[in-house]
Amino acid sequence: MKFETPQTIEAATALLAADAGARVLAGGTDLLVRLRAGQIEPSAVIDIKRIKGMSDITQEDGGWRIGAAVPCSVMGEHDGLKAAYPGVVEGAELIGSTQVQGRCTMVGNLCNAGPAGDSVPAMVAAGASVRIAGPEGTRDVPVIDIPLSPGKTSLAKGEFVTSVFLPARPARSSDAYLRFIPRTEMDIAVVGCAVNLSLNEDGTVKEAHVSLGAVAPKVLDVPEAAAALIGSKCEDAALEALATAATAAATPIDDKRGTVAFRKDVSGVLARRAAKLAYTRAMGEKS
Amino acid sequence: MAKDEFTPRTFKVVGTRPPRPDGLDKVTGRARYGADMSAPGMLIGLCLRSPHAHARIKSIDTSAAEAMKGVKAVVTRADFTTTPEDQGTRDILDNVMAGEKALYDGHTVAAVAATSRSVARAALKAIKVEYEVLPHVVDVDEAMKPDAPVLHEGRQQESVPKGYSQNVLARSQYGHGDIEAGFKKADIIVERSFTTAATHQGYIEPHACLATMGNDGQGDLWCCTQGHYMVRNTCSAILGMDAGRLKVTASEIGGGFGGKTTVFLEPVALMLSKKAGKPVKMTMSRDEVLRASGPTASTSIDIKIGMTKEGKITAAQGEFRYQSGAFYAMNGALGAMCGFAPYDLENLQSVGWEVVTNRPKAAAYRAPGAPMAAFAVESVMDELAKELDMDPIELRLKNAAEEGTKSAYGPTYPAIGLKATLEAAKAHPHWSAPLGKNQGRGLACGFWFNFGGDTCVSLMINPDGTVSLSEGNPDIGGSRAAMTMMAAEELGIPYEHVRTVIADTATLGQNEVTDGSRVTFAVGLATIKAARHAIEIMKTRAAATWGIEPDAVEWVDGAAQPAGPNAGKFPPMTLKEIAAIASNTGGPIAGHHEVNAEGAGVSFGTHIADTEVDPETGAVKVVRYTVFQDAGKAVHPDYVEGQLQGGAVQGIGWALNEEYIYGKDGTLQNAGYLDYRIPVASDLPMIEPVILEIPNPGHPYGVRGVGETGIVPPLATLANAVSRAAGVRMTSLPMSPPKLLAAIKAS
Repeated sequence: MKFETPQTIEAATALLAADAGARVLAGGTDLLVRLRAGQIEPSAVIDIKRIKGMSDITQEDGGWRIGAAVPCSVMGEHDGLKAAYPGVVEGAELIGSTQVQGRCTMVGNLCNAGPAGDSVPAMVAAGASVRIAGPEGTRDVPVIDIPLSPGKTSLAKGEFVTSVFLPARPARSSDAYLRFIPRTEMDIAVVGCAVNLSLNEDGTVKEAHVSLGAVAPKVLDVPEAAAALIGSKCEDAALEALATAATAAATPIDDKRGTVAFRKDVSGVLARRAAKLAYTRAMGEKS
Repeated sequence: MAKDEFTPRTFKVVGTRPPRPDGLDKVTGRARYGADMSAPGMLIGLCLRSPHAHARIKSIDTSAAEAMKGVKAVVTRADFTTTPEDQGTRDILDNVMAGEKALYDGHTVAAVAATSRSVARAALKAIKVEYEVLPHVVDVDEAMKPDAPVLHEGRQQESVPKGYSQNVLARSQYGHGDIEAGFKKADIIVERSFTTAATHQGYIEPHACLATMGNDGQGDLWCCTQGHYMVRNTCSAILGMDAGRLKVTASEIGGGFGGKTTVFLEPVALMLSKKAGKPVKMTMSRDEVLRASGPTASTSIDIKIGMTKEGKITAAQGEFRYQSGAFYAMNGALGAMCGFAPYDLENLQSVGWEVVTNRPKAAAYRAPGAPMAAFAVESVMDELAKELDMDPIELRLKNAAEEGTKSAYGPTYPAIGLKATLEAAKAHPHWSAPLGKNQGRGLACGFWFNFGGDTCVSLMINPDGTVSLSEGNPDIGGSRAAMTMMAAEELGIPYEHVRTVIADTATLGQNEVTDGSRVTFAVGLATIKAARHAIEIMKTRAAATWGIEPDAVEWVDGAAQPAGPNAGKFPPMTLKEIAAIASNTGGPIAGHHEVNAEGAGVSFGTHIADTEVDPETGAVKVVRYTVFQDAGKAVHPDYVEGQLQGGAVQGIGWALNEEYIYGKDGTLQNAGYLDYRIPVASDLPMIEPVILEIPNPGHPYGVRGVGETGIVPPLATLANAVSRAAGVRMTSLPMSPPKLLAAIKAS
């Protein structure tokens, strides 16, 4: 097995294009675990951390660009990012344990294409995109289009994600992510739900996005749930309609982590709770 | 019987909290655990494990693996040519290396030793096993049905009535009186059925060993175990060698909880080493630990209890069906003996069933068999308390066993501490604290036998007046500290002057495994006796120095002195002074004691838990938890508190989220700590331990074992708390959120 530390994006894509068995390493919190468990045997490991910009968080067009190797704990210490997207940051800070968060990245979480990735729903609800580098150059793709099915992404041979972009947002906007786990930490979402809201001056919801994780083969964007909030002040009736729509949209499976009925019920419960939290945060920005 | 051992006394060292002697090694990483030992020329051994729950092994072709560069040995069952004499050891052999059939997902079918882990891995892939997959069964009730797939033919004991599958290996019955007459006297009868899932001991250190077999037939084994004498005896029987030619040294141990009271890798590593002619190191991955080391039994239990309207039990009946994996265990019998043990019952019938299934062989887990039985019995007691609108403590006090009660399993109790724990719980502020919204309080009692057993201790008086103590039990719960303290107490010297080590199997006589909460009791007893032996010798040396009779010398505060004015006037001779001249007074001084310790003293505990249930998700938060347990005498209270807290925490995990989950194909679905959900620190409140000290008459200092009882009440305590918080009776463990939410929605 080869270990490569390319200094440029071009060098990295060349290495990836030349070796179908190569894997990208950023935080390594999934790759190294799978490697040691004998689940994967890559022919090469391409460490992208030395490439310029991979570990940077920068403002761009009023939004935020987060490098592919930025550890989730670094996001948690970034005041600007936390103020703009508290839901995205709280999702990122739920991955694994404190030690894992010191290494793990949102891009790694996304590119695992696991249905339960904790950082993904809030990125989807935020309308985030990723920048992909490949042998043919770069392209920007919405986050929701990256995972295809468990373990599969839409990335082509030789491509890798270099950054995430969280777009600029109007005043009176905020977001929240909640997940259900049987424990309090160091676990994987049985259901995850992100809600992203922008409010009118009168406190009614102008724009809403609701995203569910762990209840389908890939992360879900649930516009019908979001629609239930438009024009409301997240009153009980609107939250109930939101919960019903979220429960209806979830298409989970029975497995070791939960049942279909449980996951559908809890999708609604979390949507309701996350919406209230996002609304409170959005109102708080106004004051 | 050692019933008159206890003598009240004022302690100087026992009951204090000195620093633990292994503490610095463990926090600096200097302590050596199972995987920390290496040897020159060492090979890496790995096991090939069955991917099937139940399969006939038609053939194994190891030729390609053997031909690989770097592969030094491949072993299969064909290499184990000795048939051990007793059935228990034959079962262990069948468990560590499958014979004609693979009996569970993860059962070892072959093993390799190679120059590196990657070569060993590649060699495993090169072994070709031809399986005939057979129907399997993993559920205890299914396995008992006459048409269930059968694991072993001809192993059923005569105690099993007709009409059951061959998988039902044994039935045992306990009790007394006339239950039919008793139930007729009852004003109220509650009858319920319960299930519990299999759980794993969850020790942090995976099994590991380093085996060396020489061409001269002499072997050395370093391993992580709860009993290296057991390892020596079992491995030598399996390998067909004399026990005395195998020396086993116990490593430091990162937890066991009963799961390391048997062998898994050790005989395989020895066989690989024998074949390769080189040392072989084996370590299990976490996945292997969960798939192939011993979890506890899963159970299906029926309980029926009748009471008068005043709350006095008139009759009790229990059926305890336990599956113990692919081989015999006596967990069902232990459950049947322990479940009703806290109560004074006129009429009782308690039946235990031992059933085999296509799961890994159950190993002991902290009071094996008792927690599930207590869960079922104490749940019914709680329901009766609710029905009768009685305080759960008052109801239990009305029926509590005490000195002179004929126990559920036969013997009559000597002085016991159950009522003391109930009274302490009643008086504790926790019992009367207000509860918040969606919160419920649960209480339950639990019992464990405790054990003594074969024990040897040697105590050497060094020339400089320090003391070296050798015990033969791995220190899993603070035994080095406890033995050091008891030796210092008895000798009358400071704690710092004694160092206790764990001797290897060539150094002391036979020692029973560290199990049954026996070590502080039995090894402590032997330590005190070994110290008294040394004191006798030292008194003799002082007497000779003074020219008086040894009878005229007494031992006070670490020194010999004339016993009274008539004995003569001499200044006291300290231990240090006697040690300094020992060479001139007859030679080195040492005490020793060898005993099969009896009089262990049964142990009781009562637990209180407050839980908060999220009615929308079924999530349970443990808000407050208090443990009351009788320790006889707490030698080092820090360790005792740790035992009480640890037992409670493991029980909380068992009650709420831990479970072995099997797929339709009989393979384990959650062989890792992500999906086998042990509580993490943030899941728990601080567990408050309350130690009670009702002296055990069978120990010189009144010590009772404390390691196991703490895990007996929590399953029921949590079930009672959650059932009261959620308003629905939970009869199936774990009370995982999907199960609890479904129960809430159905109610």
